[in-house]
Amino acid sequence: MKRHLISAADLTRDDALLVLDTAEEMARVADRPIKKLPTLRGRTVVNLFFEDSTRTRISFEAAAKRLSADVINFSAKGSSVSKGESLKDTALTLEAMGADAVVIRHHASGAPHRLATSGWIGGSVVNAGDGTHEHPTQALLDAFTMRRHLAGAPDGGPTFHRGPGDGTGRDLEGRRITIVGDVLHSRVARSNVALLGTLGAHVTLVAPPTLLPIGVESWPCEVSYDLDAVLAKSDAVMMLRVQSERMNAAFFPTEREYARRYGLDGARMAALPEHAIVMHPGPMNRGMEITAEVADSGRCTVVEQVANGVSVRMAVLYLLLGGNEPAVATATPRTEETKQA
Amino acid sequence: MVEDRNVSARPVLEAPDIARVLTRIAHEIVERAKGADDVVLLGIPTRGVFLARRLADKLAGITGRQTPVGSLDITMYRDDLRLKPARALERTEIPGDGIDGRLVVLVDDVLFSGRTIRAALDALGDIGRPRAVQLAVLVDRGHRELPIRADYVGKNLPTSLRETVKVQLAENDGRDAVLLGARDE
Amino acid sequence: MSTTLIRGAKLLGGEPTDVLIDGETVAAVGAGLTAPEGSTVVEAEGLVALPGLVDLHTHLREPGREDSETVLTGTRAAAVGGYTAVHAMANTFPVADTAGVVEQVWRLGRESGYCDVQPVGAVTVGLEGNKLAELGAMAESAAAVRVFSDDGKCVDDAVIMRRALEYVKAFDGVVAQHAQEPRLTEGAQMNEGAVSGELGLRGWPAVAEESIIARDVLLAAHVGSRVHICHLSTAGSVEIVRWAKSKGWNVTAEVTPHHLLLTDELVRTYNPVYKVNPPLRTEADVMALREALADGTIDCVATDHAPHPHEDKDCEWGAAAMGMVGLETALAVVQHTMVDTGLLDWAGVADRMSLRPAAIGRLAGHGRPVAAGEPANLTLVDPAYRGVVNPAGFASRSRNTPYEGLELPGRVTATFLRGKATVMDGKLT
Repeated sequence: MKRHLISAADLTRDDALLVLDTAEEMARVADRPIKKLPTLRGRTVVNLFFEDSTRTRISFEAAAKRLSADVINFSAKGSSVSKGESLKDTALTLEAMGADAVVIRHHASGAPHRLATSGWIGGSVVNAGDGTHEHPTQALLDAFTMRRHLAGAPDGGPTFHRGPGDGTGRDLEGRRITIVGDVLHSRVARSNVALLGTLGAHVTLVAPPTLLPIGVESWPCEVSYDLDAVLAKSDAVMMLRVQSERMNAAFFPTEREYARRYGLDGARMAALPEHAIVMHPGPMNRGMEITAEVADSGRCTVVEQVANGVSVRMAVLYLLLGGNEPAVATATPRTEETKQA
Repeated sequence: MVEDRNVSARPVLEAPDIARVLTRIAHEIVERAKGADDVVLLGIPTRGVFLARRLADKLAGITGRQTPVGSLDITMYRDDLRLKPARALERTEIPGDGIDGRLVVLVDDVLFSGRTIRAALDALGDIGRPRAVQLAVLVDRGHRELPIRADYVGKNLPTSLRETVKVQLAENDGRDAVLLGARDE
Repeated sequence: MSTTLIRGAKLLGGEPTDVLIDGETVAAVGAGLTAPEGSTVVEAEGLVALPGLVDLHTHLREPGREDSETVLTGTRAAAVGGYTAVHAMANTFPVADTAGVVEQVWRLGRESGYCDVQPVGAVTVGLEGNKLAELGAMAESAAAVRVFSDDGKCVDDAVIMRRALEYVKAFDGVVAQHAQEPRLTEGAQMNEGAVSGELGLRGWPAVAEESIIARDVLLAAHVGSRVHICHLSTAGSVEIVRWAKSKGWNVTAEVTPHHLLLTDELVRTYNPVYKVNPPLRTEADVMALREALADGTIDCVATDHAPHPHEDKDCEWGAAAMGMVGLETALAVVQHTMVDTGLLDWAGVADRMSLRPAAIGRLAGHGRPVAAGEPANLTLVDPAYRGVVNPAGFASRSRNTPYEGLELPGRVTATFLRGKATVMDGKLT
């Protein structure tokens, strides 16, 4: 792996599998009486959040704490940042505090990239969502969730909702993933398109044309304006949240029309293959992109995704900080480790 | 794979020797654990896991009962994490009934500085509270850096620090052998 | 009066010749001239002699943002770049929308002595697009303003634009439009295309520029006035201007050096040094702009020299200011993209960087041929030179160049402003 995790597109297939396999081990820690590992004792992880996101922040916080890292939460709201302190000065402050990793959420696309390449800090930078660019750990937890359900059975196939399986060592070759909604403004969609493609899945984006970026035809995925046409061919459907501020910007006429054309309801869920799962990065707009019936069904993995988020973020923090340099992914990570002499 | 790298290595145990010492260790476990009713075998990856499974088979042959066997990855408890790049994790698999109140026998291929076992003891403490913990190793090559000793030893092998001890097991390496060689650096 | 003999320079890239400067004017041009006693002799073998360069589009920042540039530092940078006249844009603080402000800028330029400063007047009061500024007063002032622009902002109201075009006819003025439809570019951060989609940066569609240009050439034709298109940046804009010119309408256009060289692929670095308005476009646009400059569809190169203090670029992309400095690298970029590629010869460079911009700005005494009796505004270039751009050596107060570390050809070795060397041996005098 590189020293930073800025973009899902930076991950090779081996990198991605290393993260997912490591996350699988981390997930087991959650089942133990003591959900804590001493691995990152003495390391400092700073959660630098320029945007409110309690869910992502506590997920990273839980991940870092389970690895025994010291966690400093730096929320830009109500701090010197809101009084005009620059990203650079904030970064220099964190550097002076000895941050080994900075987990950054920022409203500006590219801010984590800038932080990682500017020379302002020496630690690792983990992108926890930047503007409308990327959210790589979300894509990793989504892929982890998909792998457990769609490649988790002993034969490498889907588990047919008999609980998540163990997909260790497997990718998502040939799985058909449909991502529905506001792709234009979605960092989740961008990261997922990159990562799922790396893992061998076929991605289809479904959205009204107003919510697709110019140039989307050059992305490694299919594009459709018709949700019903792709449901029967989907192993997983990921519903994206529709932000309320889009409602009044002429991206679509009304919420009702959006829900009718692009929302997932019981009838549409019934059109999915039997083994298919329904995903959502949360928080959900019930009644908008997803109905309560679907959200509460056994096929919806939204709660599981939250739990998997902690495991995946533990894996990322461990692989970046668990040695004197980030882990090196090899095609066969599980052999020829000589134990400490 | 391994033998190519170290042509000068000399076998000190061959396959039949390894089978014999594992049989002996299994008998010793049954004897010291008074029938081995509450024994749980936990192998330390990679090769300790294969040895633990072999021991479990031997124990089954002696006692007629299945002994729970699992694996314990100690990577995240190591004291030298910051000396190398972050390492890929190995599987930790604790048998279903857990380890609380049981006699846990840790199984490893080579006992050297003792640091691996120190890490394993820390890892065990986060998983449960065994009645007692014992240690079985195929080879004890000396040079301890911590106050740790093995309860069951396949072979004591006096070595110099310039020598390497390499264990090969059929499950992983295609054949069974313990090789003593010169450090190839 | 002092005399200077420039010996053996290739005039407009042609055969070596001598140029004798007497006082403020060119006294003679020809082979084998003899230097009068006491003359300064400049050995110019291998150098190309051009008329002093004229920039139609410079931000000197004074008054108001002297932390990024002043008239003095900006004109020094201009002289280093081979310029003898620059048009200073109106978006200062206060805005150059009154005779008082334009006269102040004009006077500061005269006092600097490095380069003539011709102020551009604002089209609307405060650049706000609502109410015409006192265009006539600025035209009649000592600064004799002829170019009017709200540059930085688009005159997007069609009626205001129409009135401005009509009104400037009275004094042969020209409206220089910053073509950017505001609604289509709200929050825009970079060219809208494949790269913006990937980077998640709000896109700036080509159509936002092209739709305004289309409207304005039609308006100019309708009212029979002159319109000048600032920093044209897309292949589509080229097509519209080409069409308007084919109709015989009075339309001129400029292109910046950076739009002749750089593309939006550079934004992948998220380095704000590449953030500029209009944004860097695609390779196809770059090629169309070069071709249009070569065939004359685009009349001239203008720097859009836009100095910003370090802190306005040393931040995340979204928070960074738009703009690049350009005066000191313009000629090198033009040589690299146009001359060394065979698209333009040195006579063409003289036309696009001196004669035409001066003509569009109705600027007397500049953009004249190098001939006896003409003002001695001259630039000597060493086209064989190759050097790596190092902003630490800039005369500009700001360092926000996108070319740092890039090897570029050509160097201005001397600049003469009305017979006085402002640059000699590549250094300010």
